[in-house]
Amino acid sequence: MYRYSEFDADFLRNRVAQFRTQVARRIDGSLTEEEFKPLRLMNGLYLQLHAYMLRVAIPYGTLNGAQMRQLAMIADRWDRGYGHFTTRQNIQFNWPALRDVPDMLAALADVGMHAIQTSGNCIRNVTADHFAGAAKDEVADPRPVAELIRQWSTDHPEFQFLPRKFKVAVTGHADDRAVTAAHDIGLRLVRRDGALGAAVLVGGGLGRTPMIGKILAEFVPMADLLPYLEAVVAVYNLIGRRDNKYKARIKITVHETGIDAIRAQVNAEFAARKPLFSGVDQALLAEITAHFAPPAFSDQGVGGFAADYAADPVFRAFVDTNTAPHRHPDYTIATISLKAHGATPGDCSSAQMRLIADLAAHYAHDEIRISHEQNVVLPHLPKRHLKAVHQALLGAGLATANIGLLSDIIACPGMDYCALATARSIPVAQEIATHFDALKLEHDIGPLKIKISGCINACGHHHVGHIGILGLDRAGVESYQITLGGDGGPDAVIGERAGPGFAYDQIVPAIERILRAYLGLRMGRAESFLAAYRRVGMEPFKAALYGAGGAEADAA
Amino acid sequence: MSATVTPKVLTANALLEGDVVYLAPDGGWTRQHDRALLITDAATAELHLLDAAARGHEVVGAYLADAKAGPKGPEPIHFREVFRTRGPSNYAHGKQERA
Ligand code: HEM
Ligand code: SF4
Repeated sequence: MYRYSEFDADFLRNRVAQFRTQVARRIDGSLTEEEFKPLRLMNGLYLQLHAYMLRVAIPYGTLNGAQMRQLAMIADRWDRGYGHFTTRQNIQFNWPALRDVPDMLAALADVGMHAIQTSGNCIRNVTADHFAGAAKDEVADPRPVAELIRQWSTDHPEFQFLPRKFKVAVTGHADDRAVTAAHDIGLRLVRRDGALGAAVLVGGGLGRTPMIGKILAEFVPMADLLPYLEAVVAVYNLIGRRDNKYKARIKITVHETGIDAIRAQVNAEFAARKPLFSGVDQALLAEITAHFAPPAFSDQGVGGFAADYAADPVFRAFVDTNTAPHRHPDYTIATISLKAHGATPGDCSSAQMRLIADLAAHYAHDEIRISHEQNVVLPHLPKRHLKAVHQALLGAGLATANIGLLSDIIACPGMDYCALATARSIPVAQEIATHFDALKLEHDIGPLKIKISGCINACGHHHVGHIGILGLDRAGVESYQITLGGDGGPDAVIGERAGPGFAYDQIVPAIERILRAYLGLRMGRAESFLAAYRRVGMEPFKAALYGAGGAEADAA
Repeated sequence: MSATVTPKVLTANALLEGDVVYLAPDGGWTRQHDRALLITDAATAELHLLDAAARGHEVVGAYLADAKAGPKGPEPIHFREVFRTRGPSNYAHGKQERA
């Protein structure tokens, strides 16, 4: 697991002390809000609709038990006894008082955590697969590469004033769990003739103009990766648009310039830069890789796992939906759902955090991950302990067997918290989950990703939901636009708009019509919603949504 | 500027807690929308906005929101402002827990 150095620890303590002074000066009136705002944003403190919000980074979604316990302590002492895990692999506290924030930051620094935000038009936090280092058939752990890129890009003099912010994601597995195709640069680690390298995607992103990244290079050997990325960013720095904020992301540059022309420029730039790299980066990569070394897996077999699996149907359902194959045959990756039917997606109480911390420490090499799908993962759990863990989760309302199913909904905070929202998203998620739970249709419907955003910024990734829901303000009324067929996996696709939006009280019935249509037309249970959509297209669903007359009354 | 505009309330977030507040008729801040000052002419509204900007040690992010007169006092018009009067819908946190 990645360890912060003494330098990092001192740096964090100094930052907290500095921010403590700034908060004091804001409260005593010596700093205006205009002066204070950039300082608080740099320290992860936002002003939302009803209160401040503190956004805490969880690099690569990786936490240990002590860190999780500290998050619980912070939630109890200075917030409302819970935290909200987000699609950006961070945790948000929704109710801090301004005066308390320096103490919260100090408590975070005590466990090597921080709320420092990369902001501005630079290379933002690099993200990686939440099963990194654990998944079966992984090409390589993506986190060392992600961390190498982070260290190289931080304070890189050439890249502090890019046309726009720049996000990088890395996956080390063919099942792309890092949504690499929706990032400015997406890296997919691959091996060619035994040598490690990366396929490079460029120009993906959601938000106002959603686009899927395009393949810029099929294979860049590891030793060439940094000079190659530097070449990409340099080309973007030169030709990316600076005249219009909405056209400044690299996805627009790629779209307007064409992928082949960009590739030619990148290759020329790469040839010029490669000789300037001395190989120091490869030494650094080796050092970082050592920090992310896997735990010492035990060889004590799987105990009574098979017997329990056969005997206990509740346990069996949990194993079938919430676990994934681990690189070690006696281990499993267990996902703890933060999506109990009717709960707020991603919320975790302090008691739940403590239980998860204890389970990780006792049974699972003290490692915890947060997924961008707003769930918690025990990446290294021996199968012989799975039954005990499940038993403990049951008692804490954390054993919902719904990973990858209808109620495993991603929802952004929407207008219940976010100052930028145009409509609510949390209650829509809650009502969809409870409605289908009452109908007992969830397991019959099978794999389904519903994703909800409360405005066009697309924090809920609605474009890549099999069913996407976007909340808008239509003439002073909440209106929900549905997209179908989106996919955030290896063959990523942007969903297609179904037609006019639905009012708040009509959105759950609309989702039910879509899913009843699916149940009627699928070719057996083996055909998932997404597969059926790809086979039959939009028309049958449009008919189910809008009746035979179709979508003539387009209000949008 | 015309005097016949939609009536407004002046709203912001309190500096220390972040709570939603409204300018009250006595010049202080109230957390209750129906106790807010209903401002009916544009020039006065602009003056209050300037004044609020100068009171940055009390509140943050002041703006004017459309409102209408109701039986108990000013009422919000837009749904966003309705949500701001009470707090989030998933928990009884914010103002509604004190109501
Ligand atoms: C509540 C406070 C939040 C605010 C004010 C906020 C604001 C924004 C804005 C303005 C953008 C668009 C940035 C741009 O493209 O220029 C954005 C993007 C994004 N946000 Fe948030 N957000 C918030 C919370 C969240 C939460 C809770 C999540 C996770 C559940 C999240 C996940 C994301 C993601 C993944 C993107 C990138 C979408 C893309 O690929 O373009 N945000 N956010
Ligand atoms: S999508 Fe919009 S409403 Fe949702 S969190 Fe992002 S900015 Fe807020």
